[in-house]
Formats: sequence, structure tokens, C-alpha cells
Amino acid sequence: MGSFIRFLPLILVIALGVVLYRGLSLNPQDMPSALVGKTMPAFALKTLKDNGQVVTQVDLLGDIVLVNVWATWCPTCKYEHPYLVDIAKDPQVKLYGLNYKDDRAAAQQWLKNYDDPYVFSIFDEEGTLGLDLGVYGAPETFVIDHHGIIRKRFAGAIDTRVWRREFEPLIAQLVEEKNQGK
Amino acid sequence: MRLISILLLTLVFAFSVNPVKASPVDTYEFNDEVTKIRFQALTKELRCPKCQNQNLADSNSPIAADLRKELYELLQQGKADSEIVNFMVDRYGEFVLYRPRVSSLTYILWFGPIVLILLGFIVVIVIVRRKPVAKSDLVLSKEQQDKLKNFLNDK
Repeated sequence: MGSFIRFLPLILVIALGVVLYRGLSLNPQDMPSALVGKTMPAFALKTLKDNGQVVTQVDLLGDIVLVNVWATWCPTCKYEHPYLVDIAKDPQVKLYGLNYKDDRAAAQQWLKNYDDPYVFSIFDEEGTLGLDLGVYGAPETFVIDHHGIIRKRFAGAIDTRVWRREFEPLIAQLVEEKNQGK
Repeated sequence: MRLISILLLTLVFAFSVNPVKASPVDTYEFNDEVTKIRFQALTKELRCPKCQNQNLADSNSPIAADLRKELYELLQQGKADSEIVNFMVDRYGEFVLYRPRVSSLTYILWFGPIVLILLGFIVVIVIVRRKPVAKSDLVLSKEQQDKLKNFLNDK
């Protein structure tokens, strides 16, 4: 007992060291979204292409959906764009854009210049849908299942590595759930 | 000499310039003083999701400006403070609260320090109240005293 008490401070310091060391490799930007497990928030916004066409959350229902938040003012969006063009070729998912607080003409030009991977892009000039989704920057990507439930939120650029690590397993799981009729 | 005085003058000027504090300026107008105070309190209490060590009042980032605007509109709609806080938490998570709510996840945060202080008190009390070694144990017995006397006499 006596020798245990003598070593207690050393043990505590080592434990503290382990905790703090672990903290060094954690990413403070990595925040779980408050919306995972909730339904896609309701919205009624125009599409980027057509100022007369209004889309709502119902238009996203039925498929495994990726909603990619992007804008022309966002340099990282340019980096991830070619990967999105690739992902759009995957028949298992449908990729939608959420053009966030952007200029319509500039965004349309962007899609002409770099290819348009999106089924359509929602034009969220005021950032209202962005706010409801808890978006705090771009790019961000949400995975929504066929019931319209948000299953994942990823903040940052998607590339091949990120796609394999963060998205592929979840998409496979969702495809399975869908096939089982869940 | 001249050089020194020039140097001194430069120093005086360098330090006399008021430090400019960059802080966002919004021009929100409030109908009454209470709403204004609530706005100020809430922007101090809510954390900017992008720039993690600043509150909404302090941050220049676009998202903080958006959230201040949203906060202003919610206040104008007559929402209660708790409703506004819930609105933000629903979208951005518990993360936006500088003062986390008491929940099973945050018990250790809220009550840990009190528990540690109590533990400390208990340790101190135990040490203080531990019975001092009885005096009779320190006194030599008759036998020991005789032995001691013998040793001393031998010398």
C-alpha cells in the first residue's frame, strides 16, 4: 500500500502524458454533424441552371444521394472537382450540388469550364439551406440515404483517398440496406 | 546624440499609435435596449463553428456574420433565448455552446473539479485526524532503561 502511494504521482503523470500525447494527433476541425440521423431539412430553392425551376427535398428522395456544397469562391472546390466528375459516373449514387452563397453567372460559367458532375445544383444564394444543414464552409459533402436521412457529413475536399476511406464503406452499407428493402 | 534623439522620437511615435483592434462592425438596430443586450450576450455565448476559438461577436468569418444575421432575425421574431440556442445546436451541434449543457457526456466536465476538491479535503482530513503515535510507546520500558544504564556505566 505504502509503495503504491509513493508511485501514484508517477503513474498519474504517465497517464496524463498519454492523454495529452493522444490529443496531439486529434483533428479539432473534425466535428460530428448535429444532423446525422435526421431527415434532410425542408427547402424550396431554384436550380442553378434555371431560375424558374424550384426544387425541394422531395426531389432528392429515393436514391442514395450525395449533396456536395460548393462555390466558385472556394479554391478547394476546384481541387476536388475532377474527383466529383469521376464519382458522378458511379451508378450507385446520385450527386447533387448545393451552390452555396455564390454568383449565378460565375457558377454557371464554372460548370461550363470544368464539366458538370451534378444531376442539378441547388442555388442557395442566401445560404439558407446551408444554415439549416449546419454548413460552415465549402466544400462539404453530405450522404443521404434512400429514406432522406442524413447519414454522414464530411467537411473538406474529396479525393481518391478520402473517397475510399470515408465514403466507400458507407455507400456499400447503404446499397446493401436498400437492396434488403430496409 | 542626434541619432539617439531620432531613435527616441521614433520609439515614442511607434508606441503612441493606438493599436487597432479588428473586430466586426455590424449595424443592427434594435427596438429596445433589452434585445440589444440579449444580442450581445448571445453573440458572446455562441461559438463560431469555423474559427474555433472565437465567439460570434469576435469573429470576422463569413459564417459568423451569417449567424449574427440569423440571430438578429430570430430576436426580431421574438424568439426566446432558449429557442435560439436550440436552433443553433440543432444545426451546428453542442459545439457552438461555450458553456456546455449538463448531460451524461459532460458530467465529468461539470462535476469533476468539485469531486477532486472534495477528495482533496477528505485526504487532508484523514491525514490531520490520523492518531499521533501514543506517548507510552515512545517511553523506554523498565527493562530497556536498565539496559541503557548498563551501557552507559560500562563506558
